[in-house]
Amino acid sequence: MLDVFTLFLFNIIVYNIPLLYGTTGEIMIEKSGSLNLGVEGTMAIGAVVGYLAGAKTDSLLVAVLVSFIASGLVGMLFSFLTVTLQANQNVTGLTITTFGVAFYYFIGNALSNSAGGWPSLNGTRLDAQSQSLEIPLLSKIPFFGKAIFSHGILVYLGIVIAVLMWFYFKKTVPGLKLRAIGENPAAADSLGVNVALYKYTHIIIGSGIMGIGGLYMGLNMGGTFEGSNCWINGYGWISIALVIFANWSPAKALLGTLVFGFFNTLRVQNAALAYAFPNALGWLLKIPSHFFSALPFIITLIVLIISSLSSKSRSGEPQAIGRNYYREDR
Amino acid sequence: MKKLISLLVSAALAVTSVFALAGCSGTKGSGNEASNFKVGAIYINSQNDTAGYTYAHHHGITEAMKQVGLDPSKDLYIVDNVPEDDEKVKQAIDQLAGNGCNIIFGISFGYLNAMDEKAKEYPDIIFSHATGYLSNDKNFNNYFGRIYQARYLAGIAAGYKSLALGNNNIGYVSAWGTEYAETCSGINAFAMGCMAVNPDAKVNVYEIYTWGDQEKERQAAELLIDTYGCCVIAQHCDSAQPQIVANEKNVFGCGYNSDMTKEAPNAHLAAPVWNWDAYYATAMKAAMANPSTFMTEVGNYYEGLNAGLVDVSALSSNCEPETKEAIDLAKKMMINGEWDVFSGVKLSFSGAAGSVAVAKTDAPLVTNEGAEIVAAGGASVDDSVIQGTMNYYVEGVTQVNK
Repeated sequence: MLDVFTLFLFNIIVYNIPLLYGTTGEIMIEKSGSLNLGVEGTMAIGAVVGYLAGAKTDSLLVAVLVSFIASGLVGMLFSFLTVTLQANQNVTGLTITTFGVAFYYFIGNALSNSAGGWPSLNGTRLDAQSQSLEIPLLSKIPFFGKAIFSHGILVYLGIVIAVLMWFYFKKTVPGLKLRAIGENPAAADSLGVNVALYKYTHIIIGSGIMGIGGLYMGLNMGGTFEGSNCWINGYGWISIALVIFANWSPAKALLGTLVFGFFNTLRVQNAALAYAFPNALGWLLKIPSHFFSALPFIITLIVLIISSLSSKSRSGEPQAIGRNYYREDR
Repeated sequence: MKKLISLLVSAALAVTSVFALAGCSGTKGSGNEASNFKVGAIYINSQNDTAGYTYAHHHGITEAMKQVGLDPSKDLYIVDNVPEDDEKVKQAIDQLAGNGCNIIFGISFGYLNAMDEKAKEYPDIIFSHATGYLSNDKNFNNYFGRIYQARYLAGIAAGYKSLALGNNNIGYVSAWGTEYAETCSGINAFAMGCMAVNPDAKVNVYEIYTWGDQEKERQAAELLIDTYGCCVIAQHCDSAQPQIVANEKNVFGCGYNSDMTKEAPNAHLAAPVWNWDAYYATAMKAAMANPSTFMTEVGNYYEGLNAGLVDVSALSSNCEPETKEAIDLAKKMMINGEWDVFSGVKLSFSGAAGSVAVAKTDAPLVTNEGAEIVAAGGASVDDSVIQGTMNYYVEGVTQVNK
């Protein structure tokens, strides 16, 4: 049995880390000057394909690689359409969301109706691998230890990806070139940067990262297939908002995930907090639940308003975002 | 040229996703030599579902058709994935009428106005609507069942478990609370079942404010176990997540709609389940015999354990040894009509396995705020209360979030 406080901190991380994957993946894509609205669909495809590959091979490593590749292929499709064929990015992204979620239901329904049924991970090695592992010593720290240092490996992988991405953007030459493409592709092109290659690579990698986030949702938050409820459940859309919240910085994406996660957890746990600390937090029970349900989105709105009011020069938004680059227009 | 290719690829992508959706919504059966009687059905989800609400109804309709000698692959016409939108429902009805259906079942609550209206337009077709309250005296009825009776039985299983564990806290993840009589009566009946075995049992309800959301269902179950120390988790929501969490955290649970022992082998006790074929067979038989007497033969249908419409799933090996006898005793009393859940008489079970006995005591039905609903020894509340106006919890129930 976990105490209320630990469970609260624990859940902030465990139920919101997919947002970090979605957000960092989208940041990588947007830094290359492409706006991909297909996060939801990309995550759904990574989730279902990775889950099934994992269930077949009973290996977390295979599941992660397959979901990365499956979503990477979706990213490749997006790149082909928007970079090579210059299709409208918004429309292509929305198409990918529609396609991805429908793909999830299609595969799920087909498999559930087949003889073997939907594969359950109950008691498999993959299930054990994706569950929490307690980091020795650190997880014994009172209050915070259990909440922060006893998660599944994919939680830490998400954080490592965010940190590495921050380092890549800030400290490496390819990262600098990528940012240049996002700001002004013509200028980058004139300096000899292969714009199309950079866009392709980073859209594929970014999409692959989203796919791992989807897989995480399948393994740790869903697992059974419901004909009426997709695992991704809107997390892809929230990720797109969090990119703006994070001001296109992977490090701030971690912060944004935790802030959103705090309110997201509060909407479930407000009554439990009031129950455990009747004197200090008893007032939480006086506020209707519906307010807490709306709170994460109200906060997101407020942050979006504030960030759009702040000065353009301090914004991390790539200047060429959403516009296709025609070399001939130079 | 590039533009052309991009257009083609986008179009191909769009078409594929349409097919992916259409894959689950095709209409089954277009037999050329179908019998005279044709059945139409409007589903909220897909006929291809493998669990959940639509699955239960689709399964019921196909089973019933076999029982009355119809062939579901020829005589059944389905429009599925129909949202609760009057225009869409009317289109679906027109389509089924065009197919020549003699009876049309609509399974979702929000279909009621469209069905009411179309029943007047097509007087020769029988309209039958689940969970609603509208009807007419010629060709439009509603049907539902006393699922609360099955929940009472599941409560008995949970009560024995809590006694054995020495833990009086029982959790209940519910889509809605007192807003809907359906969820509210289910919670109350379950709690009364628990208390018939363990008088000190307390049922903690967590309301998730939606019919289906796997993440919320999971978190609600976690909270009930970790914060409120519940040893059994019951549920009224779409997915099996509460049972899966109970399994992970080594406590027990009662699912809903299907036997969830598959999803939670070490946790699941027994689940209240629907056997919709009991109603569908009755309705089809009556409509095939003589459509004009349908409303007098069947009418508005509200049956329970007696008709086999509701039941509990097979008890799993996680159940305490006394459970089966106690459930059988209670079931018998409800089937032969000598006792019902929401009355001024309480059951209590005692004795070890092999000699479980049931005693009846006169006791008032009291809400958790102390208001008396039925006096001690009084008769059961009206069906209209259970179906429509029950908006209070009984003694022993607490909603942890509001």
